[in-house]
Amino acid sequence: MSPDAPAAAPALRRVDLGPFARNAHWRPAEFVFWLLPVLGWFAFPENLPLLTQIAITALFALSLDLILGYAGIVSLGHAAFFGLGAYAAGLLARHGFGDPLLGLAAAVMLAAAAGFISSILVLRGSDLTRLMVTLGVSQMLYEAANKLTDITGGVDGLQGVEVKPLLGLFAFDMVGRTSYVYCIVVLFLFFWIARHIVHSPFGLELRGVRQNAPRMPALGVPVNRRLIVVYTIGAAYAGVAGALLTQTTQFVSIDVFSFPRSAELLLILVLGGTGSLYGALLGTLVFMVAHYLLADINPQYWQFWLGLLLVLVVLFAREGIMGGLRRLGAAASAARLPAPNSTRVPR
Amino acid sequence: MTVLFDGVASGLLLFLISVGLSVTLGLMNFVNLAHGAFAMLGGYVCVLLLSRLGVPFLLTLPIVVMVCATAGMALERTLYRRLYGASHLDQVLFSIGLVFMAISTAHFFFGAQQQPLQLPAFLRGQLDLPGLDIGVYRLFLIFVGLAVAAGLQWMLTRTHFGAELRASVDNRRAARGLGIDVDRVFSLAFALGSALAGLGGALGVETLGLDPEFPVKYIVYFLIVVAVGGSGNILGSLYASLILGITDVVGKYYLPQAGAFFIDAVMVLTLIFRPQGLFGRGAAR
Repeated sequence: MSPDAPAAAPALRRVDLGPFARNAHWRPAEFVFWLLPVLGWFAFPENLPLLTQIAITALFALSLDLILGYAGIVSLGHAAFFGLGAYAAGLLARHGFGDPLLGLAAAVMLAAAAGFISSILVLRGSDLTRLMVTLGVSQMLYEAANKLTDITGGVDGLQGVEVKPLLGLFAFDMVGRTSYVYCIVVLFLFFWIARHIVHSPFGLELRGVRQNAPRMPALGVPVNRRLIVVYTIGAAYAGVAGALLTQTTQFVSIDVFSFPRSAELLLILVLGGTGSLYGALLGTLVFMVAHYLLADINPQYWQFWLGLLLVLVVLFAREGIMGGLRRLGAAASAARLPAPNSTRVPR
Repeated sequence: MTVLFDGVASGLLLFLISVGLSVTLGLMNFVNLAHGAFAMLGGYVCVLLLSRLGVPFLLTLPIVVMVCATAGMALERTLYRRLYGASHLDQVLFSIGLVFMAISTAHFFFGAQQQPLQLPAFLRGQLDLPGLDIGVYRLFLIFVGLAVAAGLQWMLTRTHFGAELRASVDNRRAARGLGIDVDRVFSLAFALGSALAGLGGALGVETLGLDPEFPVKYIVYFLIVVAVGGSGNILGSLYASLILGITDVVGKYYLPQAGAFFIDAVMVLTLIFRPQGLFGRGAAR
């Protein structure tokens, strides 16, 4: 028996979890942020379809943020799950099961199952392999949707999607009021869950995996199992976003699986700032509004500005909008305090 | 037999375009999704020279190579160089940005339509052997492809520059310590990759077509070649291109419903069982 053993025991201090718990509290700015959708309802009553699109894309961006921003899994084919969700909801509604919530549930199940299965492929190999495998999977689904014209309608898209009234009460109207409220509520609900996830011990483990995967087993974290779980969750989120798109537009285009959709999503996330849930939301907001305004001026060359923006963000503003805000916040608090906190580690 | 021959020809065309990517992505480890944009540049330069200035087809090819090499080097010097140390994700985003810009620039100058290419008379037509119809242009593609493969393999393994490049790739700091001008080597290698892309793009106008969406439409194929062939392996890329070309043509011929499904399935399966590629060096990062 080593004499040191009993002496070492009292040294096992309790870790102070206070900062983590405080981080999980809702801040005033967040309440203000979630007033925006309400404001949008009153300020832009004619643009509700656009706002609905923003909410759907925000949910999609959130799903990629979970797997890329928090767990560090790079994906060039996240549209695969979006598309699966869209087709699941669309096919159900087409064949008479048009209840929106049923569609959502089916989309979640299908996308989560696909995510679970393909997570096994994603675990293997480097970033590059992951990029290729995710891209390959989404391309295979695209081809499948393209060729199975009997089921999916091929390039013409899935038509005849008839969505029943929400909860049997609220029909989806032409102006898009029901769609808007429905999408915002779903977005908020899933955001709330995601917020719980990232502030839970599980979320912290994910960040650990991203920052130093070889180290995590030493801390008792099974890396692969965590990655499988988060990939499945991310896929389910994307499936929900896809189902929302189907239900609000009553149509599924084969475009849901396309490569540009995955690429654009990456841009949105990087624009907003990876690894923060509000980054995904803000990135979507800025991107979609810019798209709306610029594409109005010149739809052909919108893509040019998009590309330029992407290059500039990568070269000069890698932390995105959230990084900028964080820096602003740090500067503001440094100005308020007489002695700046020099131990603060910039992210 | 004819199907097999066409498969070989399309495989070698795929090789011609992708081998440049094998240099930049495989050897230099830069995820350059903008590779197709260089191929597109080559295609447009070729078509312009041919239709507007009446330059003979064979003479356009060296000009295409020069233009693409210059463009590649210019971009490498100004932009790509900053991102060698960046994560793969950053490189992906950056090159997708370039692709988007290339697409809308092509839209701006040439419009969305397919560009026609008039081949010279001696490359048209076909040779009819018993049981085998050989398109002359396809034969030409096969010759050029094999010549490029042989030349590259020789350059990488036998010349001084090849040795410098391999050393710079394996260990940049040690190579610099040995007095190798790593920046220059990388610039040249990048120019080489772009030039090969341009050459492939110009030769591919006839079979793949040429429109502004070209870089997105085919990038998946190029990536597949490199992924299946293994990083930085010229012969690996050649074999992979042949496998993929034959699979694709045979698949489309006998089972057209499946479309490009086969080629994607081949890639995913390969990456599952051999993440470093079929002919990879094993130490894929």
